[in-house]
Amino acid sequence: MSDTATQNAPASEGTSERRLNMIEAINDALDVTMERDDNVIIMGEDVGYFGGVFRCTAGLQDKYGKTRVFDTPISECGIIAAAVGMGAYGLRPVPEIQFADYIYPGLDQLISEAARLRYRSAGEYIAPMTVRSPFGGGIFGGQTHSQSPEAIFTHVSGLKTVIPATPYDAKGLLISCIEDNDPVIFFEPKRIYNGPFSGYYDKPVQPWKNFDASVVPEGYYKIPLGKARQVTEGEQLTILAYGTMVHVVEAVCKEKGVEADILDLRTLVPLDIEAIEASIERTGRCLIVHEATRTSGFGAELSALVTERCFYHLEAPVERVTGFDTPYPHSLEWAYFPGPIRIGEAIDTILKD
Amino acid sequence: MADRPEGSAAKGDNRPKLSLHVPEPKYRPGDAVDFSHIEVPEAGTTPRPDEACDPAEMRDLAFGLVRVLGDDNQAHGPWDPKLDADTLRAMLGHMAMTRAFDERMFRGQRQGKTSFYMKCTGEEATSVSASMALAADDMVFPSYRQQGILIQRGYPMIEMINQIYSNRGDKLKGRQLPIMYSSREHSFFTISGNLATQTPQAVGWAMASAMKGDSRIAATWVGEGSTAEGDFHSACTFATVYNAPVILNVINNQWAISSFSGFAGAERTTFAARALGYGLAGLRVDGNDALACYAAEQWAANRARANAGPTLIEFFTYRAEGHSTSDDPTGYRSAQEREEWPLGDPVMRLKNHLIAIGEWDEERQEKMDLEAAEHVKKVTKEAEANGILGHGLHHPFRTMFEDVFEELPWHLKEQAEQAVRERETKFPEGLPAKGVQG
Ligand SMILES: Cc1ncc(C[n+]2csc(CCOP(=O)(O)OP(=O)(O)O)c2C)c(N)n1
Repeated sequence: MSDTATQNAPASEGTSERRLNMIEAINDALDVTMERDDNVIIMGEDVGYFGGVFRCTAGLQDKYGKTRVFDTPISECGIIAAAVGMGAYGLRPVPEIQFADYIYPGLDQLISEAARLRYRSAGEYIAPMTVRSPFGGGIFGGQTHSQSPEAIFTHVSGLKTVIPATPYDAKGLLISCIEDNDPVIFFEPKRIYNGPFSGYYDKPVQPWKNFDASVVPEGYYKIPLGKARQVTEGEQLTILAYGTMVHVVEAVCKEKGVEADILDLRTLVPLDIEAIEASIERTGRCLIVHEATRTSGFGAELSALVTERCFYHLEAPVERVTGFDTPYPHSLEWAYFPGPIRIGEAIDTILKD
Repeated sequence: MADRPEGSAAKGDNRPKLSLHVPEPKYRPGDAVDFSHIEVPEAGTTPRPDEACDPAEMRDLAFGLVRVLGDDNQAHGPWDPKLDADTLRAMLGHMAMTRAFDERMFRGQRQGKTSFYMKCTGEEATSVSASMALAADDMVFPSYRQQGILIQRGYPMIEMINQIYSNRGDKLKGRQLPIMYSSREHSFFTISGNLATQTPQAVGWAMASAMKGDSRIAATWVGEGSTAEGDFHSACTFATVYNAPVILNVINNQWAISSFSGFAGAERTTFAARALGYGLAGLRVDGNDALACYAAEQWAANRARANAGPTLIEFFTYRAEGHSTSDDPTGYRSAQEREEWPLGDPVMRLKNHLIAIGEWDEERQEKMDLEAAEHVKKVTKEAEANGILGHGLHHPFRTMFEDVFEELPWHLKEQAEQAVRERETKFPEGLPAKGVQG
C-alpha cells in the first residue's frame, strides 16, 4: 500500500504536474489521509470553519464534516491530552498548535503522557498523533511568535520530530507522520510557507511555483521518516540543516561558490545518521546550521554525534551556526537570524586549512 | 478501533449510538443576525449585594447582567455609582482617546510603520471604567486589549507609540511584539503573548500583598476564549484557597479569533458562573455600560480591600473590529453582528447619558473627538522622530543581549561580539539612516 517515493523524486509518473506552496501541500496531505482513513481527525484553535490562521486546513471541514475537523477551546493542554485519549480509542488525531511558541501549556501531556504511553503500557496503548505547528522566525513575530523549540522535543524519548523544507516533502512527510503509530511533532517553517528564503530580508521572496520542489503529485505518496534529503552534492564540506535554514545555506553556498554537500535532515528523530556519516567521510568537514538558540540546541547533539562517529575523518573542528541565546527580539529579528554573514564566516573558518 | 472486553454482559453495539457535539455560532458571513435570544434585563433591576457577602448569596448575579444605563440614557438602580459629572466626562474622554489611538495605530500598521496592531473598539469601558474604579497603585495584569488602562492611568502616549514602532525610544528596547506594553511605574505588568499566563500571576501578586499586610490589590484581564487555558483555572483555585485580594476580569467579547465563545463553554453557562464552582464571588456585567463596569469593579475592589475575597467579573461585550491587523473577520462572522449588537456602543451610551443629564452636548463631543484625534496625531509625529519599525532607528544594537540575565555571561558576550562583527561586515560604512533593518 505504501508506494514510498524515492528521496529526491519529483512528481511520480502518471500524475499531472501541480505546483503548490507549502500551505497547499500540507492541506493536500491532510485531505489525502482523511480520504483514505476516517480515523484521521483534525482539531485545533480556529482550524475548523476558518481553516486555520495560516489556512492550512482550509476547506477540510466542508469536505469531511465538523466531527472530523473542528475548532477547540484555547487550551493546548486540553488539545494534546484529548489527542492522547482519542489515540487510545483508535483515532489518528492531527492536532494543530497555532504557533509553536504556544505548545508549552501542552508540554506535560506531550512529554510525560503521549511520549511514554507505549513504553509504560508495554505497547498496550499508543498515541498515534501528529502535532502540527508553525515555527521559526523572520516574520516580525517577536519573542512569542518566532521561536524554534525543536530541541525540547528531540530530548524526549518516544517523540519523533519532523521538519519539512519543501512543499513536496511537506506532503510526503506529513502523510508518513499521520500513518506513524508514534506521536510526532511536525514543525512547519512558516517563513517558507509561500516560498524559499535566501536569508536576505530585503530581497523579495520567490513564490514556490518557481521551484521544482513545489511539484506535488496528486494523491498518496510517502517520504519515509528518518531519511535525509541530499540538497546539493559537493566535496568541500558537509552542511547539516533543516527547515528554513536549508534554503539560506543553499543560497550562501551558491553566492560564495562553495561546493557543499548539503543535507536537509527532514527528521531530527529518527535521524539519518547513515547519510550524515557517509557525507562527512567524503568531505571531512562539517557545518551545522539551525535557527534555534545555540545552547543545548539540536546542533549540539549533531556536533557530538559527528565527533563521536566521524572523528578520524574530520579535517577541521565541527562548527555550529545558530540563533543567539536570547529570546527573538521583535525589532532585531534579522540580527538574531543566522543569516548569510554568520554562515559565510563559519564556512570560511571550516575551509581555512 | 478500541477493543471491547469479551463476554461483557451488555454488548456496546446494542446500545444507542453516541454522537459528538461540536458548537456552531448562530451566524456566519452573509447571515441575517437576530440577537433576540440574548437576555438584556432592564437597567437598574439587578440587586447589589453587600460587598462582604457569601458568594452563595449572590448566585443569581453570575447569570444576570448588571446594567445601570437604561434606554432613556439615565442611570438606574442600586449599581449606579453616582459619579459626578467631571468624573463622567473624564471617563468619556479616556474612552474617546482610546478609540482615537486605536484608529491611528491601526492605520500606522497599514502604512507599514509597524508589524501588528490590535484594536479594542467596543470594549473601551471594560478597561477605562474598570481601571478608574481601582486605585492608581493597584497592580494590574492585563492582556493585550487593555490599552484603555494605560490611557486612563496617564501613561505617556509617546511611550505607547514608541513601543508599537519598536523604535529607539521604546523603553522595552524593541523586544516585544507591538502593544505588549509594560510600566512598573504605572503598576502595569508586562504583557505576555502567551494567553492567560497573567491570571495566576495576578493571584500570586495579590497573595504577596496580603502576606505583607500591604493595602494594594491586584486585578487581571483575560479574554473569554483564554479562560479555557489551564492557567485560568489555577488562578481561580489559588484565588479562592488563599482568599486573595484579586479581581479576575473576563472580557467576553464573543469571539476568539474565528472561534465563537461556545468553544470556551458559553453554550452551557456564563463565564461569571465559572466563579461558583470555585466559591468565588461572580458578577456578570453589561460591558458596554461604562457605569456598570465601574460599579462592578468598584464592588470587587471594596470586597478585596475588606479581605472579603476575590471576585470573578464577566464583562459581556462585543469585539467590533477584527482580532488584530492579521485577521479578517468577514471570513467567519456576519458583518451585521456589529450593528445588531443589543448592548450598543459604550462611548455613545456614556455620551448620551451625559447629554441626558445636561452635562454634555454634541458640540463638545465633536470638539473632544477632534482634539483626541489631533493629540494622537501630534504624539505619533513625535514618536516617528524616534523611528518606525524596520528603518534602522531602533535601540542600540548591543541591547539585544542585555536583560537575558542580570549579568552578561561569557557565551552571550561572545555572541554579542559576533553580532557586532556581522554588522560591521554588513554596513562597512556605518549604519545607513533609513530603510535598513539591521
Ligand atoms: C497559549 C496561547 N495559545 C494560542 C495563542 C494564539 N492566540 C492569540 S489571541 C487568541 C484568541 C484569544 O481570544 P480571547 O481570549 O477571547 O481574547 P480576545 O482576543 O477576544 O480579546 C489566540 C488563540 C496564544 N497567544 N497563546
